[in-house]
Amino acid sequence: MNTELFGVISIFIISIVLAIPLGKYIAKVYLGDKTFLDAIFNPIEKFIFKISGINATEEMNWKQHLKALLSINMIWFFLCFFILLFQGSLFLNPDNNPSMSPDLAFNTAISFVVNCNLQHYSGESGVSYLSQMFLMFLQFVSAGVGMAAAAMIFTAMKERTTEHLGNFYNYFIKSCTRILLPLSIIVASILVFSGTPMNFDSKDAITTLQGDQVEVSRGPAAAFVAIKHLGTNGGGFFGANSAHPLENPTYLTNAVELWSQLIVPFAMIFALGFFLNKRKLSYVIFGVMTVGFLLLVVPTVMSEMNGNPAIEKMGIAQNTGAMEGKEVRFGPAISGFWSIATTVISTGSVNSMHDSSMPVSGAMQLLAMMVNAFYGGCGVGILNFYIFIILAVFISGLMVGRTPEFLGKKIEAREVKIAAFIAILHPFLILSGTALASYFAAHDTAMGYWFNGNATGWLNNPGHHGFSEMLYEYTSSAANNGSGFEGLGDNNPFWNITTGIVLLLSRFIPIVGPLAIAGLLAGKKYIPESAGTLKTDTSIFGVMVFAVIAIIAALSFFPALALGPLAEYFTM
Amino acid sequence: MKTIFSLLKLTLITVVLFAVIYPLAIYGVAQFAPNQGKGETVLVNGKVVGYQKIGQKFDKPNYFWGRPSAVDYNAAGSAGSNKGPSNAEYLALVQKRIDTFLIVHPYLKKSEIPSDMVTASGSGLDPNVSPQGALIQVKRIAKERNLTEEQVKILVEAHIRTPKVMGTATVNVLELNVALDELSKRGS
Repeated sequence: MNTELFGVISIFIISIVLAIPLGKYIAKVYLGDKTFLDAIFNPIEKFIFKISGINATEEMNWKQHLKALLSINMIWFFLCFFILLFQGSLFLNPDNNPSMSPDLAFNTAISFVVNCNLQHYSGESGVSYLSQMFLMFLQFVSAGVGMAAAAMIFTAMKERTTEHLGNFYNYFIKSCTRILLPLSIIVASILVFSGTPMNFDSKDAITTLQGDQVEVSRGPAAAFVAIKHLGTNGGGFFGANSAHPLENPTYLTNAVELWSQLIVPFAMIFALGFFLNKRKLSYVIFGVMTVGFLLLVVPTVMSEMNGNPAIEKMGIAQNTGAMEGKEVRFGPAISGFWSIATTVISTGSVNSMHDSSMPVSGAMQLLAMMVNAFYGGCGVGILNFYIFIILAVFISGLMVGRTPEFLGKKIEAREVKIAAFIAILHPFLILSGTALASYFAAHDTAMGYWFNGNATGWLNNPGHHGFSEMLYEYTSSAANNGSGFEGLGDNNPFWNITTGIVLLLSRFIPIVGPLAIAGLLAGKKYIPESAGTLKTDTSIFGVMVFAVIAIIAALSFFPALALGPLAEYFTM
Repeated sequence: MKTIFSLLKLTLITVVLFAVIYPLAIYGVAQFAPNQGKGETVLVNGKVVGYQKIGQKFDKPNYFWGRPSAVDYNAAGSAGSNKGPSNAEYLALVQKRIDTFLIVHPYLKKSEIPSDMVTASGSGLDPNVSPQGALIQVKRIAKERNLTEEQVKILVEAHIRTPKVMGTATVNVLELNVALDELSKRGS
């Protein structure tokens, strides 16, 4: 038992400690300072930009950043869509897996372009190796896009008045080559030596020890699993994601995969401090996020270790905690911790099945995605938190009667309107989606084209838990998370198309909003700090931000949580 | 239009870097890894009987059993049951598993059965059981195999992997059963 908790705590602490030097390195990359990898990557990047004919030194304003970002994402979407649609007849398909239906290809392509990786297919039978490789490409670049957006915001926060906010392509390529690629090579190598396969062979047919005929799925998994975590994507190579014994063979690989998803989001926060030379600000932000994270983690780990009360009543031993949907080699403590890490950060990879988690854990996983700003995904975590900072500055400015300013820039009606819109969009998408699905499920509507059969057929569990399955699916989509209460029958036009739309809106609008605010603020006059300035790098301001987050999340989501996991908890 | 072509070229070259060169580099690394990155196999008399990390179905009485599986241990796929903790149908299934387990092991007290033996794993391919899950089967195995309980117990204990610093204690069921076959062969 103690070795389990010790594992959890040490992985968390190691991640924080290593994130500080990595943050410093990331800041140097975005500032264009010298780093030890220059000798390797300078020529590579030069070559990339030369071939594509892009001038990566040209300064862009926020609108140009957005235009570049959105156009390249559109190209990726169409490429991916067509590959998935025709994968059955393309090369690198040794298992002869079929092509995807148009609605599934639509959902999958969007979901990987937006860094969500909501998978309505199973890796073993749903995609060819060619598709897996292209999806892996998207895992790199979608993370790079998020980080490039964050880098633009960092640049905009500098104490000066300017329209010039760096170059999108420069930030984007450097994020991929200098940060994600080297880390991926290290992590993938550790995985390969721990037993994760890396080959292009088809399924292996074997006769087991007691004489059954089974097949074993393999493939180029190690390379995929590394970037899936480092880029906070979370899409599994195999259907069971990181619960699969080949995708995550040992406690060590589990620790490495957990570390990989925590490290870049942690480091981005420290990078902000090094970039602006405002280390205290980044510590305040990191502190607020960590408090929120721990408030979600502790109840989850406890309830998983205590086990299922309904099974307790049957009189068997639950020394190993709640084991449904969990693997013996991980145990409930680290599985509970992972389930919150993966939902707080928008990874969405799982090493236990969230659908079988205890009700308290389910509530915490949902809440983690509803808040969606504690650490958060590669780059976009900071973007979401930025919105809450703007709102907190505005509210506390009003409370104490000072002009709302953030880093020497006045925050005015226009910025607050954008921030409020982004803050409301998240609950709007989640709750309206869930309301729609619940309406059909409650009336057991015949769904026609949209779903084969009546609407309750997509539920794997009755009652409150069934409602949680639908709520979780839209929450996961809107948070660009990608994990699921996987019992939900989601590979059908209804779920593929509705969650696809939610994914698209919830990725790009929350990028457009913060970029616009940051761009507008950067163009304003810089007011040096004075006695009248509201200090944003203090713990009091940290408490203020936390309060704003808690109020917005609690008010908008409490009713939904009460109908799902909380009701389940109280009826057990 | 010029930008679109630039972006297409940028996409193409990054695809080559991240989806061709990177995986090939890892593929190269894999050639030095155990079994060249094809997954570590378990051999009996030179024949592959399974993958070390992938659980197998054992339902014959003379083998140690693993955990229930939602995919019946066919590693062509992988999945958990995804049953919610309050689902009545699911709880009835767990109750049934406990009852069946007690019928086959009449010497057991209910409170000795660990929960991992009656719940399905996340992947459906869990290669391990908890030490307790293996130890409670010793008496049955000894009887089926005409071995002494002491012999079987020593075998199980030799296969318990206890974590030194962090982790959980596990028993790999396939390896245990391979060793059990060897023990029987030597014994007879």
